[in-house]
Amino acid sequence: MYAFNYHRPDTLEAAAAALAAAEDGRVMAGGQTLIPTLKQRLASPSDVVDLATVPGLGGVRREGDAIVVGAMVRHAEVAASAEVRAAIPALASLADGIGDPQVRNCGTIGGSIVNADPAADYPAAVVGLGATVRTDRRTIVGDDFFTGLFETALDEGEIVVSVSFPVPRRAAYVKFPNPASRYAVVGVMVADTASGIRVAVTGAGDSVFRVGAMETALAGNFSADAIRNVAVSQDALNEDIHASAEYRAHLVGVMARRAVAAAAG
Amino acid sequence: MAENGIGASVPRTEDHRFLTGTGSYTDDSNLPHQTYAAFVRSTHAHATVALDTSAAAAAPGVVAVLTGTDLAGDQVGSLICGWVVTGKDGEPHKAPPHPALAADTVRHVGDAMAIVVAESARAARDAAELVKVDYTPLPAVVSMRDALAEGAPQIHAEAPGNLCYDWEIGDRAATDEAFGRARHVARLDLVNNRLIPNAMEPRAAIGDYNPATGDYTLRLTSQNPHIHRLVLAAFVQIAPEHKLHVIAPDVGGGFGSKIFIYQEETAVLWAAGKIGRPVKWTADRSESFVADAHGRDHETHVELALDEGGRFLGLRVETRANMGAYLSTFASCVPSYLYGTLLQGQYTTEAIYCEVKAVFTNTTPVDALRGAGRPEATYLIERIVDQAAHDMGIDPAELRRRNFIPADAFPYPTKVALEYDSGNYGLALDRALELADYNGFAARRAESEAKGRLRGIGLSAYIEACGIAPSQVVGSLGAGVGLWESGGIRFNPTGNVLVYTGSHSHGQGHETTFAQLVSDYLGVPFENIEVVHGDTEKTPFGMGTYGSRSLAVGGSALVKAMDKIIAKGRKIAAFSLEASEEDIEFSGGDFKVAGTDRSMNIAEVAFSAYVPHNYPLDELEPGLEETGFYDPANFTFPAGTHVCEVEVDPETGTTEIVHWVAVDDFGNVINPMIVEGQVHGGVAHGVGQALLEGCAYDADGQLVTGSFMDYTMPRADDLPDLTVETTCTPCPHNPLGVKGCGEAGAIAAPAAVMNAITHALGTGAIDMPATPQAVWRALNQ
Ligand SMILES: Cc1cc2nc3c(=O)[nH]c(=O)nc-3n(C[C@H](O)[C@H](O)[C@H](O)COP(=O)(O)OP(=O)(O)OC[C@H]3O[C@@H](n4cnc5c(N)ncnc54)[C@H](O)[C@@H]3O)c2cc1C
Repeated sequence: MYAFNYHRPDTLEAAAAALAAAEDGRVMAGGQTLIPTLKQRLASPSDVVDLATVPGLGGVRREGDAIVVGAMVRHAEVAASAEVRAAIPALASLADGIGDPQVRNCGTIGGSIVNADPAADYPAAVVGLGATVRTDRRTIVGDDFFTGLFETALDEGEIVVSVSFPVPRRAAYVKFPNPASRYAVVGVMVADTASGIRVAVTGAGDSVFRVGAMETALAGNFSADAIRNVAVSQDALNEDIHASAEYRAHLVGVMARRAVAAAAG
Repeated sequence: MAENGIGASVPRTEDHRFLTGTGSYTDDSNLPHQTYAAFVRSTHAHATVALDTSAAAAAPGVVAVLTGTDLAGDQVGSLICGWVVTGKDGEPHKAPPHPALAADTVRHVGDAMAIVVAESARAARDAAELVKVDYTPLPAVVSMRDALAEGAPQIHAEAPGNLCYDWEIGDRAATDEAFGRARHVARLDLVNNRLIPNAMEPRAAIGDYNPATGDYTLRLTSQNPHIHRLVLAAFVQIAPEHKLHVIAPDVGGGFGSKIFIYQEETAVLWAAGKIGRPVKWTADRSESFVADAHGRDHETHVELALDEGGRFLGLRVETRANMGAYLSTFASCVPSYLYGTLLQGQYTTEAIYCEVKAVFTNTTPVDALRGAGRPEATYLIERIVDQAAHDMGIDPAELRRRNFIPADAFPYPTKVALEYDSGNYGLALDRALELADYNGFAARRAESEAKGRLRGIGLSAYIEACGIAPSQVVGSLGAGVGLWESGGIRFNPTGNVLVYTGSHSHGQGHETTFAQLVSDYLGVPFENIEVVHGDTEKTPFGMGTYGSRSLAVGGSALVKAMDKIIAKGRKIAAFSLEASEEDIEFSGGDFKVAGTDRSMNIAEVAFSAYVPHNYPLDELEPGLEETGFYDPANFTFPAGTHVCEVEVDPETGTTEIVHWVAVDDFGNVINPMIVEGQVHGGVAHGVGQALLEGCAYDADGQLVTGSFMDYTMPRADDLPDLTVETTCTPCPHNPLGVKGCGEAGAIAAPAAVMNAITHALGTGAIDMPATPQAVWRALNQ
């Protein structure tokens, strides 16, 4: 770890100001990604702004037809939340499948989506459930939030405040975990929502993506059989020692069918 | 059985401190005036290098920046390989120089080039980044095939063709003749995957030098502190043995990786001498991945010749074994004498011939890892036996039974230089099949099929040579050391006991097992016994812990010491009780005059020994302390059968182990709970190899699996509850009748898993690790 200035602001405005004043400032939430990166000396921010003491970033609450999760809410909290389990069990089970107990008790939804790891689970929920992301400046539609490999629509110094998930009629998330890290090799969120069927895939590409052909097929017939013959192109899918593009493309189909079956059942 | 004696599942004494974070590991020590070291490591697999250390030396807090040139200037010796393997051509293996800091050529990613010593760990690391390394890349060879190819880039001038040795064992002519008679020949090409050991505690060392006395002290993560002292004194020549004190305190796991004498610990000790202050280094996990010796990494072609009845006529094996970039401390013996000599397996195979080419590549050195050679042997034997069973339509259990060495055939001389001492292989197989409900498999498979799953059951009838090792035998095979063990017993005046062992516990539970042994043997209460190990100034010279040797060899040395204690105690009791020595009987801690009620407890004997006010000093020496050295007459041969049952999801390729049975013959057992724990750990290790752990390099020699994000270690939820039982044919040649249990699981497990998977898939065309992707590919070929 290189030396940096550490800030512990107690308002959102102070956090934003600290970031704006820094030469190369970084927000810290659960630190589960940031701290290992610092320890391995892969990043050297001049300033780290810890959100731990900033009020208004916590809590899970129901707001009308949506569940709103504060940016600093830990994965374990989402997994255990009675509100989430009742309204969107798929979201609770997604959170419960992230990493290991330590990671779930430190890592936050805000940190996860801002980091935009191609193998992270939450992006599938943000896009698959048609969520919106609220920041200290504006509201961003979930479909527009993830813009590429480790890239989001956030501007320099913008801070995520919460994520709002409309409650779907039914939904399920099924993940094929990387055997080592247990991030998603492929994770698929299938949701039957007020705005239509959504199928969002994480892990397989640079960034989370929707599979239109599956959404169309499921709109007519919400069953695993309906998408059995929908092939996903392996072009532009990720390849690594754990999974070739071909295998990932195959897994997208398997995970999607299982998600549909789980949501329908 | 005494309450805490032999055969009792005494909870481990050491666990309280381990589980409450109050152990004392190397990194927990800090010495006055201590400095901190960081290493500059090669980022290239093969290159010539020129270093500019000026900026680093001028950085804040830096005490010294020392390079390979400085090391050579001080005439610090090369690291060594302690076992010389002689090839087919009668020539010794090639052991090129291996400097603690590479001076002008680096040969693998992670090869250390300089040590930076500073006032803090951070200052050292900051300065290490300031060392400018000018690399001139050389072509790298990563695979053994490429290394052996005509015109391949040469890694060492001393090893033409990158060949370390070309070795053979067995009888080629007899084997050829056996294949000529065969009715069927089964064939397989197998890869035994490369593993990264990943002990929980990374390696660490603190070197210290006292200019007033010229004494060096090295605290480090070692499985064998005396061997570290011997090599650093006699070969690397940093300090003579009597001026070098080596301490291996609590050590958090080794699995072989802490046997070896590495670059870093050597450099730290040398640097401490140069700057006259303690130097501390603790590896981070990324360093462990590239700098701890890796394990296994074989490519093998195997053929088994059978007659029409399925009897094994001949076994032919051709192996390439990866040594990595340098020959590590015991690397040479692993794919030769710890491997070829085990190819008899549990079977009466009539003729065996094995050739092994050991190959240098631009990768991290490869050396012994839990099982060392024996897992490789068992893996290929048990896979080819299953292949033959499949080819010939014979049930795999039945084929094994037909070929087992019969229980009445021991001692059994093998075709590959060993003599098995005892065993009953059929007994373990039958019990394992019963526990696994082998006969009910078809019904379970049908249930799985109804759920869209494939199901398979696999056997592994393994054997290992443990209790390493008879010095005469290993000496005749090229070992540079004897492999006896020492043990010491010191009674204190108040009757409690210090037990000294030259073996070393780094998770095995010696403090409990050895105390049970001494308690049982001498009748001293368990809680009055303290086991001391890991310090060259406290214990007699010892050879350390590996090869499942601690109890069989180290425990036997304690028995020798205890026999001397009893003999001396008898003299003291005879004097005190005014009886003749022949009339003194010893049992349950009491020396008794036969046929009388006069007796003296061993604690009273000890007190008398230290308060010898009226001793006849010309006949009776004061004190009660004895040392024993034990050199085994033979290896021990633990063996047994493991049965693994798997369910495979054909859509994803995921394998789930649904049932595991282990029936092992470890001879006599001192603490069944500890033995079961060792089996659990070993099986987890073997399952890791079979399903999860696959070290991978890219074509340039960069380690792709350099962190836990990509290198998969087994976790609790990868395993089912294990059914573990033992059978017992006591070892006939050591006083305890024990065989050793630390490696068995890791030896047995890989073949059991892979036989279950090939059974489920209906194809043998799959190598370890059988990851979901590999299984899916095998199914969709
Ligand atoms: C061993 C391990 C296993 C894991 N397994 C999984 C897994 O299976 N699935 C999965 O999805 N993830 C996994 N993760 C990642 C985990 O979910 C982390 O929590 C997540 O990546 C980052 O969240 P964090 O709160 O720790 O953020 P931090 O590490 O603190 O921050 C991450 C990044 O987000 C920025 N940031 C954080 N909060 C905000 C905010 N409110 N506004 C703006 N920027 C912000 C930071 O500046 C930083 O760049 C794993 C992590 C580890 C260490």
